[in-house]
Amino acid sequence: MNSITQDQKDSQEQIKAQEGVITTEHDDSHAEEHHGPAKGLKRWLYTTNHKDIGSMYLIFSLVMFLIGGTMAMVIRAELFQPGLQLVDPHFFNQMTTVHGLIMVFGAVMPAFVGLANWMVPLMIGAPDMALPRMNNWSFWILPFAFAILLGSLFMEGGGPAFGWTFYAPLSTTYSNDNTALFVFAVHIMGISSIMGAINVIVTIVNMRAPGMTWMKLPLFVWTWLITAFLLIAVMPVLAGVVTMVLTDKYFGTSFFNAMGGGDPVMFQHIFWFFGHPEVYIMILPAFGIVSSIIPAFSRKKLFGYASMVYATASIAFLSFIVWAHHMFTTGMPLAGELFFMYTTMLISVPTGVKVFNWVATMWRGSLSFEVPMLFAIAFVVLFTIGGFSGLMLAITPADFQYHDTYFVVAHFHYVLVTGAIFSIMAGVYYWLPKWTGNMFDIALAKWHFWLSLVSVNVLFFPMHFVGLAGMPRRVPDYALQFADFNAIISIGGFAFGLSQLLFVAVVYKCIKGGDKVPAKVWEGAEGLEWEVDSPAPYHTFETPPKIKD
Amino acid sequence: MTSQGKLIQKLAFACIGMFGFAFALVPLYDVFCDITGLNGKPSLEQAKVSDTIDKSRIVDVGFITHIQNQAPFKVSADQAIVSVQPGAMSKVVFKAKNVSNESRMMQAVPSVSPGLAAKYMHKIECFCFEQQALEPGEEADLALMFYIDTALPLEFEELTLSYTVFDITQSGQMGSSQGASK
Repeated sequence: MNSITQDQKDSQEQIKAQEGVITTEHDDSHAEEHHGPAKGLKRWLYTTNHKDIGSMYLIFSLVMFLIGGTMAMVIRAELFQPGLQLVDPHFFNQMTTVHGLIMVFGAVMPAFVGLANWMVPLMIGAPDMALPRMNNWSFWILPFAFAILLGSLFMEGGGPAFGWTFYAPLSTTYSNDNTALFVFAVHIMGISSIMGAINVIVTIVNMRAPGMTWMKLPLFVWTWLITAFLLIAVMPVLAGVVTMVLTDKYFGTSFFNAMGGGDPVMFQHIFWFFGHPEVYIMILPAFGIVSSIIPAFSRKKLFGYASMVYATASIAFLSFIVWAHHMFTTGMPLAGELFFMYTTMLISVPTGVKVFNWVATMWRGSLSFEVPMLFAIAFVVLFTIGGFSGLMLAITPADFQYHDTYFVVAHFHYVLVTGAIFSIMAGVYYWLPKWTGNMFDIALAKWHFWLSLVSVNVLFFPMHFVGLAGMPRRVPDYALQFADFNAIISIGGFAFGLSQLLFVAVVYKCIKGGDKVPAKVWEGAEGLEWEVDSPAPYHTFETPPKIKD
Repeated sequence: MTSQGKLIQKLAFACIGMFGFAFALVPLYDVFCDITGLNGKPSLEQAKVSDTIDKSRIVDVGFITHIQNQAPFKVSADQAIVSVQPGAMSKVVFKAKNVSNESRMMQAVPSVSPGLAAKYMHKIECFCFEQQALEPGEEADLALMFYIDTALPLEFEELTLSYTVFDITQSGQMGSSQGASK
């Protein structure tokens, strides 16, 4: 315990020292202890404050969500009718590719990092993140990564068009020269994620308030700690595989080229060794958010806290030994198919534990349906649908039918949109009053919820059926029998896309003003974050809080 | 150093280690496939002649060739299928022709189906061990000498040896990368 306090003091002094340097540039008269943020653009450029950086991450992620969403609108507009109407196939491929990259690396991951920045120090009673200067870096390199990626769309030959999975040889032999830009963009995103992950781990390990023992950590902190370890384990592998693509394409190596003795299937092995843990990176923090919200609005303690922690850790471990279920059709031997089928199915056990615990938390709770709770309940139901379609895909013989069809598209959009994105929105609605000090426009937020809920299902549910009927993904045209379903899907898509503008409006209005909220915004909410004022002061927990019992 | 510094150091090393691990996967993948024979990647090393012959069974070995990316070659085996006794040596001649007006370098990459049988196919001599320079219009007889291991499990009655033919005139030497099998 002593060492924790000592470390925390160290870090605190470090932070003060660093921020002191910055503030003296602007205003010498302020005392170190009680200065507010600097003014103007420099506040954001030089900030080392976890709340500022968290806000920047969240706003960046929202912007990327809208850009990636616009690309989805282009895709759905083209697929509204069979035949080629609006865009040429090469551009369509760029849209599917960049939509995926933006949503994974630009929207979902930065949103979770933003939430971690804001909430982890508040939840563990720390004054800031452990490595504030690195925190600033890890955010500020992101806009450059996405500027490079998006810029490549406007260059001669266009941007990446080989799918976000950039399978060799599509990304090596058959890609254009702008692939180098894609590679560098991914490198920068990876470095940013790794720095963010190191920061989260060091913060959680070293900066917990005295008495904040491991098994008292809020689940959002636990899930993020485990996520951060996953990031450290697999983001360097992603960096490695894009580097191999780079050298294969430009420097004459043959990692994935059979002509030179390489093996294109090996690309898929290395990529999915990164890729499968990556999908849990995008869902574990969501589990944490939902595990905070459901108890608050059920007015009960979370059911099975310890089993939630162990389930999260088991999912993280299993994520490393299931990667080849993405590759059942590459001609794996039976033994491999069986191994990956069974390990994949095994993941449904810890995931089932989680879903059971959420439902058990609500069981006989005194429920109320505020907006964060609505999103959290929608998350539990719809994520479970995504989980079940995942279980169907895990069945090797069935997967040969589902592979590369819209069934897969339906599956991963259920887990990523109604899973990850809904949980992020739930989290934003839950903590936005804490961040701004204002209650959001509840009526507008409910409109946002219900419109999103209906449209997202109109958008993604029929995809299961067209997928089972054999409609392939990533193709700008389709057979005539899929026309009606695709028209419905596209209408759902446009409705879902437009509904998100309401979200932007709610957030904007809430930042501008609204009914003032008390420190404990939601009466059933528990945790240290509700003990600080609303809006959360620029500096919090400069002296560690007392942890109850 | 503070415990925080130590932790940061460990995490940074873990990152560097995992970056290295991605590259280590390349040889590991080959080693794993060598041991298990999972990916149908036949050995590119010259094998020793077998000293026993299993006269009790016959295995059919088929040969197919596939020209990659419209490489300007015609390559085909003189026999589409040979029936062999495990352990007995067979020789098959492939005819290769350069159908372009320029001299070209050719490289054939073998693959065995079913993949699990790949490690029982032993080649004593194979044109896939080296590259062939073919003048415009030149035709060459390329030899393959192989035998099937007597340990071939009984469930394999037919094997297919497939050659993918590449034009490597541009890219020069084969096997410049770490991805290459020896």
